[in-house]
Amino acid sequence: MAFLKVLAQRIGYAVVLLIAVLVLNFTMINLAPGDVVDTIAADMGGANAELMAQIRAEYGLDQPVIVQLGRYIGRVLQFDLGYSYFYNRPVTELIFERLPATLLLVFSAQIFALVLGILLGVFAAQKPNGLFSHIVTLFALFGYAAPVFWTGILLLIAFSLKIPLFPVAGMRDVTIEGGFFPQALSIAHHLVLPMLTLGSIFIALYSRLCRASMLEVLGSDYVRTAKAKGLRPRDVVMKHALKNALPPVVTLAGLQFSAVISGAVLVETVFSWPGLGQLALTSILARDTPTILGILFFSALVVIVGNLLTDFVLRMIDPRVRGRG
Amino acid sequence: MSDQTTIKARSPFAEAFEMFRRNHAAVAGLIVLLLIVGVAIFGPLIYPGNPFDMVWAPFTPPGQDGYLLGTDYLGRDILSLLIHGAKVSLTVGLAAAFVTVTIGITVGALAGFYRGWVEEVLMRFTEFFQVLPTLLFSMVIVALFGASLTMITIAIGLVSWPAVARITRAEFLRIRELEYVTAARAGGVRNGGLIFRVILPNALPPIIVQAALMVGSAILFEAGLSFLGLTDPNVPSWGQIIGSNREYILDASYTVTVPGVAIFITVLAISLVGDGLNDALNPKLRQR
Repeated sequence: MAFLKVLAQRIGYAVVLLIAVLVLNFTMINLAPGDVVDTIAADMGGANAELMAQIRAEYGLDQPVIVQLGRYIGRVLQFDLGYSYFYNRPVTELIFERLPATLLLVFSAQIFALVLGILLGVFAAQKPNGLFSHIVTLFALFGYAAPVFWTGILLLIAFSLKIPLFPVAGMRDVTIEGGFFPQALSIAHHLVLPMLTLGSIFIALYSRLCRASMLEVLGSDYVRTAKAKGLRPRDVVMKHALKNALPPVVTLAGLQFSAVISGAVLVETVFSWPGLGQLALTSILARDTPTILGILFFSALVVIVGNLLTDFVLRMIDPRVRGRG
Repeated sequence: MSDQTTIKARSPFAEAFEMFRRNHAAVAGLIVLLLIVGVAIFGPLIYPGNPFDMVWAPFTPPGQDGYLLGTDYLGRDILSLLIHGAKVSLTVGLAAAFVTVTIGITVGALAGFYRGWVEEVLMRFTEFFQVLPTLLFSMVIVALFGASLTMITIAIGLVSWPAVARITRAEFLRIRELEYVTAARAGGVRNGGLIFRVILPNALPPIIVQAALMVGSAILFEAGLSFLGLTDPNVPSWGQIIGSNREYILDASYTVTVPGVAIFITVLAISLVGDGLNDALNPKLRQR
């Protein structure tokens, strides 16, 4: 029951956070000079004030901001994010079309980075002054310093232009017909480079922290006890040490969701990955307010869900966290 | 008398400097960083001319016809763009880190010092900003309020401060319980004095390290924004060169790889310096 109570609390808090996100974004967009009608007028090569007022009334933009905000939140609570001025389609439709691609990229990169980062960190910690450890440190340094879009372009040049192992752009091969497996395989094939690119920043981060965390744990008394009672070295590392070294790494990973989404926007642009990032860029340039608000809302939602997931993973691997509410 | 017994008591600053000096990677990073700063300041004087001028045939490969790094898709000299772009990257990086640290210290110090409801409110506020997707949010700010360098700096600062706030708060929570703070309070120092003159100076080491790293991430952030085209089109910047030449990687990959190297080396140098500062300022971590 304690678990359910915590879950309910977290979800309630998440809803409050999301409403705050809506209010902030809405206010910010309305504070900015100009609106979508200006963009439309500019596209038409100028329009008279009467027509512009008419369009504003049509979209409800002539109402006071507070009224617009109230209406907007009311609609969002009914899962209606409004209508895109630019695409002439409901925003939810636009977003749900692209959200799966972004989610696939974000979560696969996160999981890939965590698994590889932890492995590298664990091995590097075995011999903290060994060659492998130095290589991991160097790699971590490089991974942090390289701009992610540049890493992506380098991988693109190397592994799809020079050595054509992977496709240049997109998410699937449209010529492929057939059932689930050929399709999934095609998507996986397209996913490799974007996932490696986005993962590279975070592998660097996680391997570095995991190495430090392992080194700390390996020096502790219970590890010495485990060694002294004659456990195999591998069991000491994997069962006793790793278990205690993981929580900080998982906590850090949870804090990175917002950064992963940011990276995804850039990676999607490099690989023409049909996710939210590209939609965001076009709608921002077109001043398509409902779509921008919708994307900000959904990306905040992804971060919050990511944080909740991290929390539960932490509870699973670290009994000490369970005690705290 | 042996050498060990004649060691003079040195100031913590001198000790930190000595630690930093012994870290070869950090010193190398610092030298590279100073060189880049030199290029940013004096480069435009030594290598004059408007970097946006179309000076030669497009896609002239590096080294040919006197263009050391070649020309881009519009026939602009890439070396000139890089030199003039250095100023933008460094200025935005430093200024954004300054905004980040200012907001972060203010929020973190108030939360950690006053505790209670102030802390509760400020930390919820911080969590709220951590939920916002940083790049998307700053893209919206820059697109809506104008793509000037000032706005880019503010946008980066506005989304990056939570990390600094958390570190500052943690340090304040720790230090406010120490005896010298109690002593200062008993001696009649007011809250403002306690925050700024007693606690903050002692909380600075981890904040300085974080600030150094913030300069690096702000440079990466600016590069990302300008790669997407969200930058002042009248000022050259490294990310912008990559973004605008991106379609031509098949024919002229150097137009994209070379500017990336500039960003990479700069951020690498900054993080080496940051690591060096970390080792020098946090003696407890030295064994690692």
